[in-house]
Amino acid sequence: MADSVGRQVDSINHATEEDEKKHEIIGAKGEGKELTKEEKQRLRKEKKQHKKNKKDDRGPPEKEKEKEKASVPAPSKPATQSPAHKAAPVPVNASASESPVAAEKPAKSKAELRAERRARQDSERASKQGKKEGGQQSTSSKPKATPNELQPVVKRLPDHVQVDDPVALKKLAKKLERQQVPLRSDYGYKVSLFSHLHQYSRKNPPTQQISIPVTVIHPSIVRLGLQYSQGIIAGSNARSVALLHAFKQVIQDYSTPPNEELSRDLVNKLSPYISFLSQCRPLSASMGNAIKYIKKEISNIPSQCKEEEAKRILQECIDSYINEKIILASEAISKYAIEKISDGDVILVYGCSSLVNHILCEAFEKQRKFRVIVVDSRPRLEGREALRRLVKKGIRCTYVLISALSYILPEVSKVFLGAHALLANGYVMSRVGTSQIALVAKAYNVPVLVCCETYKFCERVQTDSFVSNELDDPDDLIVTRNGKTHLENWQTVKSLGLLNLVYDVTPPDFVDLVITDLGMIPCTSVPVVLRVKNVDQ
Amino acid sequence: SIRGDPDVASAVAAIRSLLEFLRRDQSETILGLRENMTQAIRRLEETDSSVAVSSGGELFLRFISLTSLEHPDLSQCKNVMIERGELFLKKISLSRGKVGKLCHTFIKDGAKILTHSSSRVVLKVLENAAADNKRFTVYVTESQPDSAGKRMAQKLRKLNIPVMVVLDAAVGYIMEKVDLVIVGAEGVVESGGVINKIGTYQMAVCSKAHNKPFYVVAESFKFVRLYPLNQQDVPDRFKYTADILKTVKDLNQEHPMIDYTPPSLITLLFTDLGVLTPSAVSDELIKLYL
Repeated sequence: MADSVGRQVDSINHATEEDEKKHEIIGAKGEGKELTKEEKQRLRKEKKQHKKNKKDDRGPPEKEKEKEKASVPAPSKPATQSPAHKAAPVPVNASASESPVAAEKPAKSKAELRAERRARQDSERASKQGKKEGGQQSTSSKPKATPNELQPVVKRLPDHVQVDDPVALKKLAKKLERQQVPLRSDYGYKVSLFSHLHQYSRKNPPTQQISIPVTVIHPSIVRLGLQYSQGIIAGSNARSVALLHAFKQVIQDYSTPPNEELSRDLVNKLSPYISFLSQCRPLSASMGNAIKYIKKEISNIPSQCKEEEAKRILQECIDSYINEKIILASEAISKYAIEKISDGDVILVYGCSSLVNHILCEAFEKQRKFRVIVVDSRPRLEGREALRRLVKKGIRCTYVLISALSYILPEVSKVFLGAHALLANGYVMSRVGTSQIALVAKAYNVPVLVCCETYKFCERVQTDSFVSNELDDPDDLIVTRNGKTHLENWQTVKSLGLLNLVYDVTPPDFVDLVITDLGMIPCTSVPVVLRVKNVDQ
Repeated sequence: SIRGDPDVASAVAAIRSLLEFLRRDQSETILGLRENMTQAIRRLEETDSSVAVSSGGELFLRFISLTSLEHPDLSQCKNVMIERGELFLKKISLSRGKVGKLCHTFIKDGAKILTHSSSRVVLKVLENAAADNKRFTVYVTESQPDSAGKRMAQKLRKLNIPVMVVLDAAVGYIMEKVDLVIVGAEGVVESGGVINKIGTYQMAVCSKAHNKPFYVVAESFKFVRLYPLNQQDVPDRFKYTADILKTVKDLNQEHPMIDYTPPSLITLLFTDLGVLTPSAVSDELIKLYL
C-alpha cells in the first residue's frame, strides 16, 4: 500500500507528461533521489527524440517543436497540475496514437504493467547511455533556443470545460485513476450549448464509489466532498472556509514519510484531494485562490523546520488567511457600504450573499432607516434564507420572485449584489439571475453596487456565461404541483433537455460601484487591485 | 486672502496658508501637529466650501507626512515637512501650465468650442492654443446665478479670441454648431466623474446625444476620495457655499452650486499626470492615495 502511494507520489512529483512511460521511468529511476531540472529536461528531450524516430511519418519536426513548446512551460508549472491541462494545439495525432495504447492498458493488471515498464526503461536506458554524450551538447543548447521561439505562452484549457472532447476526458480519467479518485459520470441529456461542461446528478455522489476506509483521501475531505455535492455547504465564503478547515485537519493528521520533505510531499498529497473535491463540485474562484495560497505557504516552509513546528506554522497561516481575507474584510466592506446607505433607502438584494446580509444587519444596528426587497428565483430559492436572516434582525422586508423585477424596481433606490468572483476584465461572476437584475436596474437608472472581498478576484477573463459555467442537477427543475409532476419522465423525451445553470457574468457597464476591503473602486479597476496584490506578495 | 488674487486657484491659496500655518505651529508632538493641520483644513473648508480646497488640503497633508519622520528632534521633522510642503506647492503651481500644454493640441484650427462658466484652467488652455496661432471661436454659457460666464467672456476678449455668451438654456440649441466641449472641474472623483458648476451635467448629456467629445481639464490636486452614485449622493457641504450652509435652515429651498457628471459621459480628462480616460482616474487615485 505504502509502496503504491510512494510510486504515485514519485510519479506525480516528476513530470506532467502525457506519456505514462516517461514519468514512470523517471519515477523508478529517482527512488529517493531527486532529479535536477536540467536532468529532467534532458531526459524529456531524449524521449522525444526516441518518439520522433518511431513516428517518422507524422511530420517529425513540427511535432517536436510543439512538444518542446508544451514541455518547456511544463517544468515551470507546478507538478501537481493534471496532464489534462495541456494546450489544445498539442497535436491530437500524438495523443491519438497513444490512446489506443492507453486503451489496452487497463485491460492488463498493474503488476504486469509495472514489469513491462521496467523492461522498457532498461532498454531505453541502454540506448540513452549511447545518446547521452552526443545528445548532451544539443540538448543543453535546445532549452536555450526554445524559450526564444516561444512567443505567446501556450494557454491550457482547464479540463472541466472540455467535457465534449474525448481526448481530454481520457486524460482526466487516467489522471484520476492514478490518483485513485473516483470518476463521476455525467447524467442526462445536455443542452448542446453547454455540452462542454459536466452535469452530475445529486443522487450519485462520488462518495458512493469509494470504499470505506478510504486509503488515499482523508476522511474530512470525503465529508467535505459529500457536503459540496449535496449542496449542504453552499455559497462562496462558506465553501472556502470549510475547505480551509478541512485542510487544517489534513495537516494535523499528516506525517512526513521518511526521505521526503514536508514542503514537497504535502503539496503532492493535496492534489488527489483537490481532484476529488472538483469531482464532487467544480471549484470556485475563491477556493482556487485559497488553494494557491496554501500551496505557496507549504512550499515556503524551510527544509530544516521540524514537523511539529511546520504544522503549527501552517495552521496559523490558514487561520490568519481566514481571519484577514474573510472576516476582517467583511468588516471593512460593511464600513464603506454603510456610508452609501442613507435613511429612507429601499434596497434590493438578490439571493443569499453572506456579505450583503452582514452589511444590512450592521447598517440596521447603526440605526439607518431602510427597507429591503429580497428577490428570489427557482430552483435554489436562496432568497428565503436571506429573508429569514434579515427578518430575524427586525429589518422590514418584501419578498418577490425575479419575474416581478420590473414591477418592483421603480420603488428601489439602490441594488446591493454579492459576487462569486470578479474577473480581470471587470466582469462580475455571480449567481444566475444577477446580470438580469443589473440590466433592468440600469434601465431604470438605479445604482448597482457589488460587494466583493479581494480574495475573490481572479485573473481569468470571460465575456459570456457560456464558456465556463457550472451545470447543476437537472432533476432540480422538476416540481410537483397539485399532485402532478409534469417533467418526471423528461429523460424519455429525446429532444428535451433541462438546463440548470449556476452562474452568469455581468458586464462592468451595468455595475456602478464595487466595494472591496481596499475601498470603493469602479468595476474597471479590478486589474489595478490584482496588480497591487501581486506586488504585495 | 483667498479671494484676493484672482489668478490663483482657491485651493492653491489654501495650501499656501496651510504651509504658513505649519511654519507657525507650536505643537510638541507630530500627532498634535497633524491634529492642528486637520483642524486648520476644516476651518478653511468652512470658509470656502469648494471640493478643491478639501481635496487639496488632504493631499497636502498626505504628501508632507509620506516621508520618514523618524528624526528624534521635532523641529527637524517639522523642517522636513515644511520642505515637502514647499515642494508640493511648487508642483501644483506648475500644474496648470502642464495641463494647458497637453490640451491645446486637441484644438484644431477653425474649431468651435463650448465651455461652461469660468475656469482658469480652460482659460490657460485657450491661451496656449491662441499663442499657437490657431483660429477658433468660443461659446460660453452665462452660468447663473453668479454670471461667471460673462467674466470668462471678458477675459477671452482681452486675449482677442472671438467669444459669444449663450444662455444656460441654449446649450441644446448650440450643441450642433460646436465641435468640442471643454470644461474645468472643481473636483475629480474616484469613479472618474467630475464635480463642477451646476449646468455641466446638462452639457455632458447634450454632447453625448450629439456625439461631440466632452473634455475635462483639471489639476491633480483636485482628485478627491468621493464616490457619488448619483446627484443626491454628493455631500451637502460641497453643494452649497459655506455662508449658505451656516445661515439657512432648510437646504431644500436653496439651489445647489455644483453637480456631478458621471464618467460615462466624459471622453477624456486632461491632468498634469497626463491625458487619462475616466477609468484610469481610479488607477491614479489609488497611486496617489494608497
